[in-house]
Amino acid sequence: MAAIRCLRHLTREADKMNITGMTAAEIGRKIKAKEISVIEAVTACLDAIEQYDKEYNCFVTVDREGALKQAIEVQKKIDAGELTGPLAGVPIAIKDNMCQEGILTSCSSKILSDFVPTYTAEAVLKLMEAGAVIIGKTNMDEFAMGSTTETSYYGETKNPWDITKVPGGSSGGSAAAVAAEEVPCALGSDTGGSIRQPASFCGVTGIKPTYGRVSRYGLIAYGSSLDQIGPIAKDVTDCATILEAISQYDKKDSTSVNRTDNDFTTALVDDVKGMKIGLPRDYFTEGLDSEIKDAVYKAAEVLKSKGAIVEEFDLGMVEYAIPAYYIIASAEASSNLERFDGVKYGYRTEQYTDLHNMYKKSRSEGFGAEVKRRIMLGSFVLSSGYYDAYYVKALKVKALIKQAYDKAFEKYDVIMGPVAPTTALDMGASLSDPIKMYLGDVYTVPVNLAGLPGISLPCGYDSDGMPIGLQMVGDAFHEKTIIRAAYAFEQTKEYKRPAGVSERGL
Amino acid sequence: MIITDETIDYVGILAKLELSDEEKLQAKKDMSEMLDYVSKLNELDTENVTAMSHTFPYNNVFREDVVTNGDDRENLLKNAPEQKDGCYKVPKTFD
Repeated sequence: MAAIRCLRHLTREADKMNITGMTAAEIGRKIKAKEISVIEAVTACLDAIEQYDKEYNCFVTVDREGALKQAIEVQKKIDAGELTGPLAGVPIAIKDNMCQEGILTSCSSKILSDFVPTYTAEAVLKLMEAGAVIIGKTNMDEFAMGSTTETSYYGETKNPWDITKVPGGSSGGSAAAVAAEEVPCALGSDTGGSIRQPASFCGVTGIKPTYGRVSRYGLIAYGSSLDQIGPIAKDVTDCATILEAISQYDKKDSTSVNRTDNDFTTALVDDVKGMKIGLPRDYFTEGLDSEIKDAVYKAAEVLKSKGAIVEEFDLGMVEYAIPAYYIIASAEASSNLERFDGVKYGYRTEQYTDLHNMYKKSRSEGFGAEVKRRIMLGSFVLSSGYYDAYYVKALKVKALIKQAYDKAFEKYDVIMGPVAPTTALDMGASLSDPIKMYLGDVYTVPVNLAGLPGISLPCGYDSDGMPIGLQMVGDAFHEKTIIRAAYAFEQTKEYKRPAGVSERGL
Repeated sequence: MIITDETIDYVGILAKLELSDEEKLQAKKDMSEMLDYVSKLNELDTENVTAMSHTFPYNNVFREDVVTNGDDRENLLKNAPEQKDGCYKVPKTFD
């Protein structure tokens, strides 16, 4: 008898383990089919976080109580037939730069380390309306400024594939939490690659939508002409499903675009016959790791064998994107971050002599080194006498970059290449040399400058076993094209879990 | 580009940041290196290029001048480091 009970117990535990290994869509289906309950799905994630997140540090805040409460409410609505969508009951994590009412939203910064919003970001609300259960807030580079998640006030996140390596950034907590199977999916934000690059480093999938597709209402701004919210998950299907849920016109975001083609899951079709894919020759230069180069070319061969027309071409402007990006992003950041002054919210210094001194001290004590570096640069390039030479010049170069893409999309449906020139770097390797870290964004920032949609998905592994990402970029509002291409490619690959995750036993 | 102490102090005023001597030294180095790096853009002739702020043609978003959000004072003040009588409290600004 005791043995049977023990066995039953083990089977139950195994069920829980399985839940965290599932995709969001699988969890949603099983909940719908009453094979698992919302509480079971949510508890599985909360338990996984409790057990494993000490090692990875993906989360700034875990909202156990709130998540369990949401789970009960969502289950009721599912049982009553009010919630029938694919995300009903699915646990999800949110990058800590999106406001959630009543939950600490820190941007991984000391200056917001006590900020509890009184409203919820539109994208997060959309997820809640779809029945997704918010598990917690994920770690990030402070104010999304960084490519490694090492600039967080709450300590760095570690890559589940190898904890001596960075998870990428700035949405490193979101990507690592998905790879570590603490949650099936998460929201990230992407200003210069912050969804795609960590997805690539952590062997998961992420989409940066077209600028204007997803409302940024409630997203704490970094570079407003570049920021977009998007999904990170284990596969293309989950990403398309989440994107479909969060894409909607929102009058509260004046850059929100009213579109009727948000039905992204209709593009989950395994067919690339006749699709024209361009590989920019100027991406495959010296700085690119040869193993990544090989993996991307191999992916091109796979798509060719499935009927796509793959060609190499010269995109142009590649080396000008990073300088233009850092001028524009820093300028916008210096302006956006002026609001943090110790008056309306956030950290206020303890001792001050007058108002101005209070502003300066609060900001200087509240911001970390990388944020200060970008605010300083941004203030300089916007200052009188330098505005035209730097800021306006960068906006002109942005126009040229957009032109280069426009020309490319006259010939191609998809522009394909690497996500980053290397796989995940060692912890601490890029912090000492900012420019070196910035250069790692060479393939991702032009996409933000041109406002285009991009997807990052795993396409191979280097000799150290670290994941290699493949990037597909589409013309503005052509998310469906890249979703279809990515889905077709994904069908030729098995999802691979980090060794530390697949070795988890009972 | 060489960044002088005066420039760093001036940018510090614009950025409302008070940097320590050590931070100033680092900021001078970082900014100088970064400006040298971004000067690469000068290789491009942009004489006849119009500066692009947004890639999509956005129009101004207008609405009727009617208040739609209610009195949110209590919520707005919830995160204030200091408040008094329903207002944000700041240090004395003039004598």
